Order: sequence, then structure tokens, then C-alpha cells
Amino acid sequence: MSHIDEAPQSTGAAAPPQGREKKLPARDRLTVILMVTIPLLLVLLLVWLPALLSVVLSFGKWNGFGDLDTIEWVGFQNYTDIATIYPPFWPAIQHNLIWLGFLFVFPTLLGILLAVILDREMRGSRIYQTAFYMPVVLSLALIGFIWQLFYSRDQGLINQVFGTQVDWYGDPDINLWAVLVATAWRHTGYIMLIYLAGLKGVDASLREAAAVDGASEVRTFFNVIFPVMRPINMIVIVIVVIESLRAFDLVWVVNKGRNGLELIGALVAQNVIGEATRYGFGSALAVIMMLISSVFITVYLRNVFREERRG
Amino acid sequence: MSRSSSSAIPRSALVTMEASRRSVLRGMALSGLAVGGASMLAACGGGDSGPATGSGATVKFGINEAEGSGAAYDRLKAIADAYTKESDTEVALNAVDHNTFQESINTYLQGTPDDVFTWFAGFRMSQFADNGLITDLSDQWPIDGLGDSFKQAATASDGKQYFVPISYYPWAVFYRKSVWEKNGWTPPETNDDFTALMDDMQGKGVTPFAFGDKDGWPAMGTFDILNMRLNGFDFHMSLMAGDEAWDGDEVKLVFDTWRKLLPYHQADPLGRTWQEAATSMGKGECGMYLLGTFVVDALGENGEDLDFFTFPQLDSSIAADSLDAPIDGFCVAAAGKNQEAGKAMAKWLGSAAAADAGNNGADAPFIAANEGASTSTYSDLQKKSAEVVGAAANIAQFMDRDTNADFANTVMIPSIQEFLKNPDDIDGVTASIQEQAASIFG
Repeated sequence: MSHIDEAPQSTGAAAPPQGREKKLPARDRLTVILMVTIPLLLVLLLVWLPALLSVVLSFGKWNGFGDLDTIEWVGFQNYTDIATIYPPFWPAIQHNLIWLGFLFVFPTLLGILLAVILDREMRGSRIYQTAFYMPVVLSLALIGFIWQLFYSRDQGLINQVFGTQVDWYGDPDINLWAVLVATAWRHTGYIMLIYLAGLKGVDASLREAAAVDGASEVRTFFNVIFPVMRPINMIVIVIVVIESLRAFDLVWVVNKGRNGLELIGALVAQNVIGEATRYGFGSALAVIMMLISSVFITVYLRNVFREERRG
Repeated sequence: MSRSSSSAIPRSALVTMEASRRSVLRGMALSGLAVGGASMLAACGGGDSGPATGSGATVKFGINEAEGSGAAYDRLKAIADAYTKESDTEVALNAVDHNTFQESINTYLQGTPDDVFTWFAGFRMSQFADNGLITDLSDQWPIDGLGDSFKQAATASDGKQYFVPISYYPWAVFYRKSVWEKNGWTPPETNDDFTALMDDMQGKGVTPFAFGDKDGWPAMGTFDILNMRLNGFDFHMSLMAGDEAWDGDEVKLVFDTWRKLLPYHQADPLGRTWQEAATSMGKGECGMYLLGTFVVDALGENGEDLDFFTFPQLDSSIAADSLDAPIDGFCVAAAGKNQEAGKAMAKWLGSAAAADAGNNGADAPFIAANEGASTSTYSDLQKKSAEVVGAAANIAQFMDRDTNADFANTVMIPSIQEFLKNPDDIDGVTASIQEQAASIFG
């Protein structure tokens, strides 16, 4: 990237003069202005304004009845309540972190492995691809329902087949893992497809060169292919982080995010979307979630920019 | 799942069955629409002119059953049609999925609501009245055939009526007649009978109580009945209203009694839906099940082999004459365009004619609130339900209708589940409930 940028500058004299004189024609300028302002306004209106309002609401107590002047401002009470007397909160934080760790360690690595294997174009790889990708097409609500048939304590397939009486969805020590397995079923296919697309884009001459140099397949992957795949690796990391933060659907289908399946997203929904209308309290939870995700976003962006400067 | 949204209390609408599996799937698909619900509800707006009632007039009717959702929808549709026939007023039906309707009710009432809409009696109705969202209907009361207990349930905290009931369903202890006959069991009269019965069941390898609380709300019914039996109806209601301490001895007594009853309940309730628990009772693995009459829904049969008794007396000084029997009915939205037509229709909706129209329009009848309504289509179970509720001195509406929905959903469901996981830490659970109650009720 930077090579191309630098190239014309090195020719110095030939470059057009910088500054005031370099004006775009009126029409182009208008286009640029529109192209910048319209998305900017949309982002402000649809992302930042609601986010800001959530922050404002999180300092109030409001059940949604009546006008905005019925909001009772309570300062940081919602936050202190969440941290001190709201039992589901700390488990939720913990579960979101477990979710993140689990997604990285198992389904993501498995997805990458599957992609690498499928990339070797063995016979029937299309069929495998379709099979692995199928769960991604299904909605998580449906996946929750499908797994319910496996996990039900009294009537589920697993307990029937093995003659066990494990309370897969009801025992808070087990249900998170049961749900994570169901999530992994879908997540693996998702990562596999993204990674496979990335692998297809790797220049074949790199592999040939490595082969000529006598590198083993494994070595070629780790020393040549994996570094070249950096953009895809970044995307995968971002996807995993996002998926684990917005994890919600499956636990909601299982038991509305209670009893061992608390996740921050589900707590926000319990307080705001359902009939319980604790808008202030729910907003405070949402703000906490936003803060946590912004930590990841900051780390990610810093990493990207640093790489770009270096690159 | 179809009516499991913690708050989506089983509705009387489904008092008798419609096959469960299919409606479960449909309910799941529809509940996905919940977020878009507010706009859907508000979609039927627009001003209209013309006469308020009678020929050429239109009244908008918002119902909490999606089109084609079975008997519940058919009944409401039949009622709407009957009203058109009777009064010449056109009824514009706005049918919305049950969960969506409930979850968007706040936005709905503060936006452009329909004139008349389906709702529940009790605190949940009273809350709307306090906030000026529903219309005072006290000039429409009394309504022929609706007794005092129904009028009481339709009354908000200001002493005026804001609601018109149409149907209800009691919570009681259900059992299979054939299983009980085979074992020679009879409904217990006293607490001693009750204990003896449960011991006998256990001795015969039958779990006395089926129990499932995966959805969070069914166990509230157990809390309600124990609290009413141990502390009385008045205490129960003021506890629900936030006027009593949750960490007091009374509530601890309820949890402690419950703790002693838990060994008679099915194990691992938190992983079991109420439908699965009902199936266990249906199969005879469990002897009885404390639930609403909608229990027949999960059994997939007409309930002929089903009978019930009300929960026995536990404290000799407190009569066993209170029970949960949620009442469904109608309110007129204060922001509705056609107030006069709305009120007129609401009054008619409370009549025996409305209940009959509903019951004639669907396979599964509900239990009509109006005592003049025909009971010819009722099953034995329904006739007995009507009797039992008629004989009750006090009727509660179920925890999440009797108290603040915020508190019921975000505090009580997790707290009761916590208790069921760890029944020995009653002090911890009650202290936590009290802390949160203090914060919510202010």
C-alpha cells in the first residue's frame, strides 16, 4: 500500500502543486461533500444518538409511562445496583468471557482446520462444505429448538439414548457448556467458510515456492500461508469477539438467559425489551456492554493503525 | 414456549386445547417479530369521521392473538363479528401475536392505540389507569351477569372500573382420574391428608408433584398459593403491591414450607418446561400438578380423564378459599379515537351474548366470566372450574399480574429459580429480593 503512495511523490517536480490551488471542480466537490455528510449523518443518527441517549437514560429511572419529564434522575444508582444487588450481573460478565474463550479455543480453530483441509480440494469437498455450512443458514432460534430435542431432560435424545438423567438445560453448571456446544456447531461452519474464501485467495505461487524450497505442508501453512492471511485472521478475530459479545439468541430461546445462562445481552433484553420496562436500569447494562466492546474495538483499531503505519 | 415469555402468562384463551407442537413452533417464529412489534401495533392509525356508533361507524379492536393462531383467535373474531351484527358498528380487527402484543403494550397505548383492546385484570390494568392510559368505564358498570368479585378485579386504585372481564381460568392441583382410582387416592381435605397422600405416592414410586420452571413463571403459582394459605389473601396482595417486607418472617415461612415440599416435587425443575412436566403427570409418573387449567393443552386430549382440587388448608386460622384465577378481558384506550364507541363495545363485551358468540365461534370454549353465559359446550373440567372460582372468597391474578411487571420478571423469576437451586439459603434469597424490591418500588 505505502509503496504505491510513495512512488509518485518521489518524482517530486512532476507532482501537481499542493494546497489552495488544487481545487476539485464544483461538481466533484459536491459529490465528496454528500458522500461524507450523508453517511456521517446516518451514523450519528442511527448509532451515536441512540448510544448517547442510552447513556443519558442510564442515569434515570423510568418505566416508559408518560412523557420524558416523568424520568426520575437517580445518578449512578442503576450502576451501583447492578454491581451490588443485582445477582445476575457478575455471572453474566463471567459467561460472556467464557463464551469468548470457548469460541476462540474450539470452534474457531476447528473451523480454520476444516478450511485448510477442504482447501486441498479432495474429492467431495463441496458436500463437506455444504454440510458444515448448513447450520449457519439456520436461525439461532431454530438451532435452539433443534438442540432442545437433544437436551431435554425427560424426553431428549441424549438422555434417551444413553439412559442418563442429565439436566442439560436446567443445571447451571452444565447448561452453559451445552449451549456452547450448540453455538460451536454453527460457529465452526461460519469460520470455515470465511477462512476457506481467504485461502482460495492466496497466491498459488507462494505454495509452489515453498514446495520448491522443500518446506513441509505444516511448515508452509504456519510460515507462509498464515502470515499472508493476516487480513482474514483479523476478520476472524473481530467476528469471534463480536459473536461472543452479542451472544443472545440461543440462551434466549433456551431459558431467556436465566439460571446459569446469564449474558449481558440477555439481561439488557430482560429489562428493556420484555414487559418489564426498566429503561434506566436496562440502559445502564447496555452502557456497560458498550464500554466492554469499546475496549476490544480500541485494541483492535490501535493494532490495525500501528500495522498500517509500519507497513 | 408459545406463551412462555415470563410474563406471557398462559391465557384463558387456551383453556382447552389446541395441539401444542404446532403452536409452539408458530409462537417461536412469531416471537422473533417482537422487536418490530411496536410499529406493527401502531400501524392501524388514521383518523375517521362519521357516526360514533351504529351504522356506518367503525370501532378499532386490538387483540392479542395473531390471525390463525387457533381457538383463541377464532373466538375473538367471532365476538367482533357478532358485535357488528348486533350494533351495526363495523369492527376493525387488529390482530397481533400474543407475546408481541404484551411486550409492546406501553408503546402501543402511548402511540395510536385501537379503541378497545384485550388485556388482563389486576395490578397490570390498574397501572395503566394510574398513568391515564385507559378510559374510566365506571359509567358502564354494573354489567348484567358480572358479580362483585369481577367488579373488584376491574377496579383500579382510584376505586373506578377500567376493565371488562370476559373469561378466566383457575390454578389448582390437577390429577388423572384413572391413575387416582387405580391407586385409591382421593383429594386431601386437610394438611394431614395431604402429607399422607404424598407419602403414599412416594411409597408407590410415583413422584407426588410434577414440576417444571424452565420458563421461570410457573413456580410463581406455587409461591402464590403457599403465601395465600400461610399468610392470607390480604397479606399476599399487599406483599405484591410492595407494601410488605420480602425478608420478613412471613415470606421466610413461605419459602421454608416450600423447601419442605420440594422433596415431593419432580427433581431438576429448571430444565423442564411446564409442558414436559404436564406430560409426566399425563403418563402417571407424577401424581399431580399445580397449574392453570391450560394444563390440558400439553396433554393433547380433551381432559376427560382430568380432575382437580384446590390447594388444601395449611394454617387452621386461614380458610382455604383464595386462589389464583387470572381474568382476561378488555380495556378502552384513553388515546383511542372513538371513545364513545369503545365504551359501548366494552360494555357489550362483558355480556353473556359476547361470551356465547366467542364460545360458539371456536372448538375450544373458555370459561365465561358472565354468569348468564351458556355452559352447554363446557366440559366437566370447565364446569367445575366455574364452580370453584364462584365459591372462592378471594381471587388473585397470579404474581406477574398482581405486582409490578418489572419486579416480577427481573427479580422474582431469577430469585425463585435461585431458591429452587439452593433451597437452604432462604435468608440469602429473601434478603436479595428485599434489596431489589426497595430499589424498584422506591
